[in-house]
Amino acid sequence: MSPEKKIVIDDFSFFYDSSQALQHINLHIQSNQIFTIFGPSRSGKTTLLKSLNRLTDLIYGTRHTGAILLDGKDIYDAKRSLTQLRRRIGMVFDLPTPLPLSIYDNVAYGPKLSGLTQKRRLSEMVEKALRSAVLWEEVKDRLHTSALRLSGGQQQRLCIARILALEPEVLLLDEPCSGLDPISTASIEETLTKLKENYTIILVPHNIQQASRVADRAAFFLNSELIEEGSAYQIFARPRDKRTEDYVTGRFG
Amino acid sequence: MILEIREKIIEKIFLLIALSSISILALIAIFIFGEGLPLIWKIGLKAFILGERWVPSKGSFGILPMIVGSFWVTNGALLLGIPLGLACAIFLCEWTPRSLAIILRPTIQLLAAIPSVIYGFWGLIVLVPLVRNYLGGPGLSILSGSLILGFMILPTIISISEDSLKALPPSYKAGALALGATHWQTIWRVMIPAAKSGIVTSVILGMGRAIGETMAMIMILGNAVKMPTSFLESARTLTTNIGIEMGYASGDHRQALFATGIVLFFIIMILNSLAIVLSRRRAR
Amino acid sequence: MKVNRTRYLTQTMAKVFIWAAALSTIAVMILILFQILAEGLPVLHLRFFLESPKNMGREGGILSTIIGTFAVTLVALLFAAPLGVGTAIFLKEYTRESQISRIIRFGTDCLAGVPSIIFGLFGFVFFVLFLNMGWSILSGGLTLAAMILPTIISTAEEAIKTIPSSYREVSYSLGGTKWQTVTRAVLPNALPGIFTGIILGVGRSIGETAAVILTAGSSLAMPTSLFSPIRTMSIHFYILAREGISMEMAYGTGAALILLVLMINSTANWLLNRYIRHRV
Repeated sequence: MSPEKKIVIDDFSFFYDSSQALQHINLHIQSNQIFTIFGPSRSGKTTLLKSLNRLTDLIYGTRHTGAILLDGKDIYDAKRSLTQLRRRIGMVFDLPTPLPLSIYDNVAYGPKLSGLTQKRRLSEMVEKALRSAVLWEEVKDRLHTSALRLSGGQQQRLCIARILALEPEVLLLDEPCSGLDPISTASIEETLTKLKENYTIILVPHNIQQASRVADRAAFFLNSELIEEGSAYQIFARPRDKRTEDYVTGRFG
Repeated sequence: MILEIREKIIEKIFLLIALSSISILALIAIFIFGEGLPLIWKIGLKAFILGERWVPSKGSFGILPMIVGSFWVTNGALLLGIPLGLACAIFLCEWTPRSLAIILRPTIQLLAAIPSVIYGFWGLIVLVPLVRNYLGGPGLSILSGSLILGFMILPTIISISEDSLKALPPSYKAGALALGATHWQTIWRVMIPAAKSGIVTSVILGMGRAIGETMAMIMILGNAVKMPTSFLESARTLTTNIGIEMGYASGDHRQALFATGIVLFFIIMILNSLAIVLSRRRAR
Repeated sequence: MKVNRTRYLTQTMAKVFIWAAALSTIAVMILILFQILAEGLPVLHLRFFLESPKNMGREGGILSTIIGTFAVTLVALLFAAPLGVGTAIFLKEYTRESQISRIIRFGTDCLAGVPSIIFGLFGFVFFVLFLNMGWSILSGGLTLAAMILPTIISTAEEAIKTIPSSYREVSYSLGGTKWQTVTRAVLPNALPGIFTGIILGVGRSIGETAAVILTAGSSLAMPTSLFSPIRTMSIHFYILAREGISMEMAYGTGAALILLVLMINSTANWLLNRYIRHRV
């Protein structure tokens, strides 16, 4: 599979009951890069993200047209396993969502769901995931204490570790740094930049500044439409569409 | 694929489990009707419900005295329970000095948890002699029953009324007070009418509870099988009739008791449905 | 100015009435408990709990009735808890507001309103006669199960509702199936609330008389199997009181009943407080 086509979004429209949240979206997302989807609120960014791992299936009354392909295969194909999809594409939400368990059990939750029970393998996976999420050093001595005691930034990195334990291919992050202080934000951005060597990362940034800091490519969404997409430099420095330019320069927001 | 099939099976199992409550309700209806309807057919619905003589040994199965008895006792209980219950609900909602609320709330929970036979017992040894000595009659009377029953339905009325009062938007109260109303005027003329449907629901449920009470009433009402003409007389209710005679009834007699159960079931179902409809409308 | 005076007069009268109501409610409660406990506590020595009733209940203790109460309650829980929790799980996790859920809720609400004597009639004709179980612990327990089912369903549903939806979202997004999410992310955290509901159901079973007397019988002998007839504490109390067999024994049984109910209810309340505080 060519790396340019890790994820292909093909004329994808999405509806919540009668309101349309996404209109004919066409996007190619490459592997091993940070792809940001930005725009004002209510433009469909979260909906698109949640469609990528079919979390939208949990909501009643939704429907879509078009297709989303992962490695060339439609993720909405009924014959394909939903649980498998969600292990290949992991998601981090805007508020840290640790489960009321220990740090260890949080990270081990995903692997245990897929049936892994061997203690030694589990411990190895937990350590590997926590290292990749740049959290291991801070928590290695208190793995079995409650995850609720961690700071906001640490909890978010825990959520990242939780997904990494499943060895996914794609990471979806929906404003992962909202509510975090600048230091935690910086550490997460640094983590993401390291992670892109091995994963495909799709990020809804908290603001434009964050997008311009970490993005390789960017897509601007407005009112459920994809307005423009391209390399980060091109979008932020030389936007082609006036609306993009207005948003990027802060004329509306 | 196997995972998906397994999930589907689990879902179906949960559906079956969830249908248990409605199935039990259906079973109850089927079997009670099954036992009681033949008798109603035999002697006719009118004769059964409007008949004034209940003499099983002679084949007379008129339950009007019991219907009237239930009616009187329940109304008496409501006469006591509604004002007292509303007052306590208002108290808890509006006028709670910390000290008293801490006592009143657990008291009400306790009132709800005490078995009805304890109430009946206390009524028997304390209330009944009081009524007999100061008001006359056998003491085992509708009055005694109503008093005890009134207390037994208090928790129902209080908790639901309090909930509906608490659920009122604070702007109602603030608006009325801002217009110069006294605290009491606000409560009486603004809050209670606004919480009307919730309070009515609580009364209906309290009524249902009162009509369905058996053991305490057996102990306090006396057993007279005749049309009651005064609050100080003994009487039977639909429930006590069943409770007293079920132990030794057979044949037609037993069927008549089940038929009484059918009448009771109907009354309760109507009350319940009313309450459910009212509270659904409230939720909207 | 006259108008003002009447307004405040009304308010004062209302205040007096309401205070009187609250106080008299508390007073009556205390009276009832006090009377029975005062006369009954002296009867409660160890022998009372370790001996069975002798001579129709005039002498001895209440051991067989304690065992009887315990037995029917256990049977009731064994059936009502899985059915109740399962129903709650179905309503919250496997459906949304639809025709099915409305029917189920209607059934549950109606069942909650059915008087105990009707349950007694039903249990008699269905378990004792139709299923040929006779007057037995099994018949009584199954009838009680039907009675406490609505209580368990509503408390379990409340408990499950308080679980944050983020737990579910996380579980699903990590590739969990619905069953896995329910058993690993939802239920373990809802257990305290569910347990409280079960305890409330226990409290109700213990005080229940009408339904049990028609289905479990009133035998004073120690039960030997699930099919043995038994007498529960509340039935024993009722018979002692009504037949005037022994006031002393009646007071004692009544006091034991009250203490038991008090213990169970305070446990439930304590659990509820701890659970709520933990959640918040």
